[in-house]
Amino acid sequence: MILKVKKQNYGTAICSAFEYLLEKYPEVFVIGQGLWSPWYVGNSMTDLDKKFGVERIIDTPVSESACTGAAVGASLSGMRPILVHPRMDFMLYAMDAVVNQAAKWSHMFGGQAHPAVTIRSIINRGGEQGAQHSQALHSWFAHVPGLRVVMPSTVKDARDLLIASVLCNDPVIYIDDRWLYEQEDDLPPIEELSLAAQGPACLRKGADITLVGSGFSTYLANKAAEILGKQAVSVEVIDIRILNPFDASLIIESVERTGVLLVVDLGWRNSGFAAEVIARVTENVGTDVLKCRPRRITLPDAPAPTSRALESRYYTSTDEIINTVKELLS
Amino acid sequence: MNDLDINQVNYLIDPANCHNPIYIKGCDTNDLINYLKMMMMIRKVEQKLAIGRRDGFIGGPVHLGVGQEAIAVGVSGSLTCDDRIFGAHRSHSHLLALNPDPYRLFAEVLGKVTGFSRGMGGSMHLWDGPSGFYGSVPIVSGTVSLAVGAAMAARLQKTNHIAVAYFGDGAMEEGVVHESLNLARIQESPVLFVVENNLFASHMHISLRQPSDMQSRFAVANHIPYKLADGNDVVAVKNAASELITHSRNGQGPGFLELITYRWYGHVDWRDDIDVGVHRSLDDVDNWRMRDPVTRLSKAMIEQGIWSAEEEKKLISMLDNQISDAWEKAMNDSYPDESATLNCVYEI
Repeated sequence: MILKVKKQNYGTAICSAFEYLLEKYPEVFVIGQGLWSPWYVGNSMTDLDKKFGVERIIDTPVSESACTGAAVGASLSGMRPILVHPRMDFMLYAMDAVVNQAAKWSHMFGGQAHPAVTIRSIINRGGEQGAQHSQALHSWFAHVPGLRVVMPSTVKDARDLLIASVLCNDPVIYIDDRWLYEQEDDLPPIEELSLAAQGPACLRKGADITLVGSGFSTYLANKAAEILGKQAVSVEVIDIRILNPFDASLIIESVERTGVLLVVDLGWRNSGFAAEVIARVTENVGTDVLKCRPRRITLPDAPAPTSRALESRYYTSTDEIINTVKELLS
Repeated sequence: MNDLDINQVNYLIDPANCHNPIYIKGCDTNDLINYLKMMMMIRKVEQKLAIGRRDGFIGGPVHLGVGQEAIAVGVSGSLTCDDRIFGAHRSHSHLLALNPDPYRLFAEVLGKVTGFSRGMGGSMHLWDGPSGFYGSVPIVSGTVSLAVGAAMAARLQKTNHIAVAYFGDGAMEEGVVHESLNLARIQESPVLFVVENNLFASHMHISLRQPSDMQSRFAVANHIPYKLADGNDVVAVKNAASELITHSRNGQGPGFLELITYRWYGHVDWRDDIDVGVHRSLDDVDNWRMRDPVTRLSKAMIEQGIWSAEEEKKLISMLDNQISDAWEKAMNDSYPDESATLNCVYEI
C-alpha cells in the first residue's frame, strides 16, 4: 500500500485533527476562549470558525468554570465537545468541573454515564511570562482516577491522539506545548486509534540507558539522544504519551535491558510525574538490575521566574540531559 | 426588579402566611390527584429514609427535603424523559418525581447493586438517564453549568428538549452559578434554573449570607425571565414552571424560577431538634409545618369535592404497603461486586 504523505508541523497537525473531527462527526463542537481570534492558539485552529461556523466553534465569555462544566454537560447529552483552555494556568478556575464532575461521573453512577469530553489544555511558557503564564500541571491531572491524560510530543501524535481523545468516551485532558509547534514531520493519512489501547512508545532504540520524557521533555530527550548517538552512547528514548491511566511496562522492560534510568519532566519535582516513573520501575525490576540509582531532571520546586537571567536557568536543556547521561554512565 | 416582587418575597418568607388550602380552580382533577399521590409518596419515602438512617441501616448521610415536595412535582409536570435534569445534594424528590420507584432509590441509598446508580452513588449521587435524570451531586452548584451545557447540546441537536438545574439559595453564592446564568443567556440555552430558596445553607440563614433574600435579582442582572412563587403550592409551581419551560422550548433561551420553601429536618439526616441553625427555631419549623404543601392541596381538593378523607386513607395505606415492600426488597438485595470499584473508573 502506498501511503500519501503530508508535510505538517505540530500546530497544523492539531488543526488537521480538528478539521477531520468536525467534518466527520456532527456531534463534535469546540468551545473556549479565543477561538475567533486569529492568534490565540498559534496555528493550531486557524479559520475553523470560518469553515465550520460560529455555532460549532464557540468563543465564550471569560468563564473557564462554567464553560468547562457546560462542555461536561454537553458530553453527557450525546455530544463530543472539545474544550480549549489556551493557557493551562487559567484552567484552574475549572477544577470542580474537571476533578469533581467529569472524572467521577462514570464511577459515581455505576458506569452508566460517560462524559465524552476532551479538554485541550495548552502549556505556553517562556518569554518572561512568569509564574501565572507558565505552568505545566500534567502531574496533577495524572493523579486523578477517571481522567485520561494525554501528552503528545510528536507531530503525528499531536494529530492522531487528539482524534483518539475526542472519540474516547472518557474525559480526556489533552496537553500540548507551544514549544513543540515548529516541529515538522511527514504524516501518513489519519488512522483512528483507540485511546484506551495507547501507552508509552519507544521513539529510539538503545542499549546503554533508558531516557523517559513526556511532551516537550521527550523532544529534548530525543535531541540529546541524537547527539549522544554520535558520541557512541546508545540511548533508548521512551515517550510516555499517556500519563493516566499509566502503563509503565514498556519502560520497565527497557530498564531491565539497560539497567540505567533517567526521567526528564518539565513539571515540578515534588510529587511530580518523574517520581511516579521511577517508583514504578524500582518496584518492578529485579534487585540486581539497576546499575546506578535512577535519576530525574525536573523543574526546580519554584514558580517560573520572569527575569530572563533566572528563566533561562529554570528550564532544562539538551546539554543538562547529555551531561547527566554521561554522569550516570561513568 | 420591582417593589412588588420584594414584597412578595417578604410575604412568602414569613411562616405565618400561606397556611390555607391552595387555589386549584380550573385545574385538571387527574393532575391534582397525581400531584397529591406523588408528593405523599416522596414524603413517605423520605420519612422511611429518616428512620433507616436513625436506626443505622443507612450508613451515609441523607439530605431530606421533607416540606419541599411541591417543587419537584410541580416542575416535573412539564418535563419529558428527553429533557436533561440535574440535581444536587437534596435530590431524592427530583428523581422520584420523574421516576416514582421507591425500591430503586432505597436500594441505592443502601448501597445495593439494584439501585439507581448500581449501588455506587448512595443518596448524594443519583442517576436515571432513561427518565431524563442526568445526575445529582453534593458539590454545591456542581451541576448548574452542566445543565447549561446539556441545554447547549439540545440546541445544537436542533431539538426542543430543555435542561433543568435544581439548586438552592446557598448555591447562588457560588461564582460558577453567575457564570452559568451569563453563559446561558449569551448562548440562548434552553435551561430552567430552579432555585429552591429554603432560606438556609446548612445552618446559616440567608440574612447572614446575602444582602437580599430575593434570588431572582440575579436573573434580572442577566436579562433572564423569571418567576417567583410559593414553593409549597404545587399548582403555583406547576404554572410558573410551565410558562418558563414553554418559553425555553420555543427557542427563547433560559428561564429562572425562584421558589420559597422550607425544610422540616436539619441540613442532614433525620432530626429537626439539632442542626436547627443560626436564626432557625423549632417554633419556625412548627409554623412552616402549617404551610405543608401536601395538606394544603389535600384540603383544597376535599373542599372542591374531588377528593375525600376515605380516599386519602386508602392512598396512605397503599403507599405505606408499597414503601414497606420496597424497603424490604432493597434490604435483601446484593451489594456491588468487589470489582466495581476499579471497573467503573473508565468505560470498559
